[in-house]
Amino acid sequence: MPNRFRVAPCAIAVIAAAILAAPVAGQQARATGRFPAYRAPRMADGHPDLNGLWQAFVTANWDVQDHEAQAGAHPELDGAYGAGPAGQSIVEGGEIPYQPWALEKKKENFARRATVDVSNDETRQALGDPELKCYMPGVPRATYMPFPFQIVQGSNPYILMAYEFTTATRIIRMNWKQEAPTPSWMGWSRGHWEGDTLVVDVTGQREESWLDRAGDFHSDALHVVERYTPASPYHLMYEATIEDSKVYTRPWKISFPLYRRMEKNVQLLEFKCVPFTEDLLFGRFGKTGGGR
Amino acid sequence: MMRYLLAAILLAISGSAQTPHAAKAAAPAGKRALPRTPWGDPDLQGVWNDATSTPLQRPNGAGKDVLTDEEAASFQDELANDLSRDRRDGGADADVNRAYNEHWMDSRRLKITADRRTSLIVDPPDGRIPPLVKLSPEREKVRAERAAANARFNAGLPATYKDMSLPVRCIIRTDSPPYLPTIYNNDFQIFQSPGLVVIAPEMIHSARMIPVDGRPHLGKNLRQWLGDSRGHWEGDTLVVETTNFRKDDGVIFQNADPDTFRITERFTRVDANTLNYEFTVEDPRTWTKPWSARIPWTKIDPGEQMYEYACHEDNYDLVHFLVGARAREQRGEK
Repeated sequence: MPNRFRVAPCAIAVIAAAILAAPVAGQQARATGRFPAYRAPRMADGHPDLNGLWQAFVTANWDVQDHEAQAGAHPELDGAYGAGPAGQSIVEGGEIPYQPWALEKKKENFARRATVDVSNDETRQALGDPELKCYMPGVPRATYMPFPFQIVQGSNPYILMAYEFTTATRIIRMNWKQEAPTPSWMGWSRGHWEGDTLVVDVTGQREESWLDRAGDFHSDALHVVERYTPASPYHLMYEATIEDSKVYTRPWKISFPLYRRMEKNVQLLEFKCVPFTEDLLFGRFGKTGGGR
Repeated sequence: MMRYLLAAILLAISGSAQTPHAAKAAAPAGKRALPRTPWGDPDLQGVWNDATSTPLQRPNGAGKDVLTDEEAASFQDELANDLSRDRRDGGADADVNRAYNEHWMDSRRLKITADRRTSLIVDPPDGRIPPLVKLSPEREKVRAERAAANARFNAGLPATYKDMSLPVRCIIRTDSPPYLPTIYNNDFQIFQSPGLVVIAPEMIHSARMIPVDGRPHLGKNLRQWLGDSRGHWEGDTLVVETTNFRKDDGVIFQNADPDTFRITERFTRVDANTLNYEFTVEDPRTWTKPWSARIPWTKIDPGEQMYEYACHEDNYDLVHFLVGARAREQRGEK
């Protein structure tokens, strides 16, 4: 993890505040909105260097739309530990353009977000937020979970995105022709550069993944186009266009900044969460009916 | 009952005593221009596969360490036959137990290493894991508990999910070092950026971060399933030291003790399509001496790609094992 920008640990906030507070002179950089024009350091192939440990600081994992602070699924056990923060929508225009049936389904999902039952092979995926079960989150959710992820960009046709949550990974295949061979939880990602922006086309995602804890969802027709644009040494602007003709009335867009993690010697750690879910998922099948 | 051959492979390898000899050095790579990254490091990027039928330990009767072409052909046939033959010779239960045949296997899994070795272990020279030291009573107890859990699982009567191995529970599989060939999914993709090497094993989808920028290890109280790796370059070789393994049962090969276990891995690209993977492990609380193995990795991209191995998300078997066990208990089986 090359740390080209050695700054004190609390520098992210300071720099972010400084940049956000600075008056934006005349022209605004395309796709970066509040940021002045910025030219990122280059890799040997001439493309921007996106290497680093990045993290979103939105609360979209609780709900991609506007949401109030809320109790968790089991406040009688978790109290404030389980509660979620308030947050503003990352959706352009505020609302996901659901088809009417799909809005009902989203509400059902939310009502049953903390209910799981894996006893029946046919219906085991039907209940519960996949995050609760420690399933790989899919795209774009992986990007705004409250965990960092590492971009590893070298000198071959692959860019790795490695997420701390459940050690999920995905490989961005650059300028790749082959279509998704089969559905997968993290999808099939093909990338190309448009100027300084890494554009990633994601298809072939498993239909069971969710967008957040609020039950927002998609179908097997999901098509996500992501855009990663360097906005400063410490920020990438992230945008994703989300298209799914079975669930939404039109394509819709989310955007938020990603922040470079700046702590000295910071590194991607492990969040192998399977062990935290085994009592929940499998405890009831044990001899004593509750694990051991 | 159905059981995972993989789990058996990962758990069942055991050693026996032979007289040690001086270690033989790995074959030199020879001088040729090896690829470099634009920032000057040896270039190991790509998708690699480590499948081979050469066993970790030299089988009894294999005789010597390196075979002639003829001997190698017959040794390979024998191993391939053992791995994939029709084994319906032990009744229906045994048949199901042996169900993982060549249909499941990477075809490379049926071939011995190109250098015609009879074991992946190169030191000690007898090709066998050194004998275990006498374990402390606490560790004997842990081992006995693990053996009892395995016995319950193999009898089709696991009491809880905890009776199953870490691979069956989809917690770690071949993603924890040392990397050993298994029945399937023997792919590893190596990524590099300035100051970093990442190894992403196909099974299970984790990315092992190996900083090569000289930073210190994590603090001793921050342990991980895959440990904490630090690398440096010695000539063309990436040398990786890994510490900070979690203490959970089965995390380290042969249940070595995380407090004293040391593993050093060496990755050397020897030509466009071959990378030598060598490792040395030692633990004075587990083995009587250190031991080392060498496994050639073959480059397979762009013709072959790595795909997602989602283990936990669709782990139907774990539920089936437990539901089956409860049904057997209902029928009065013990």
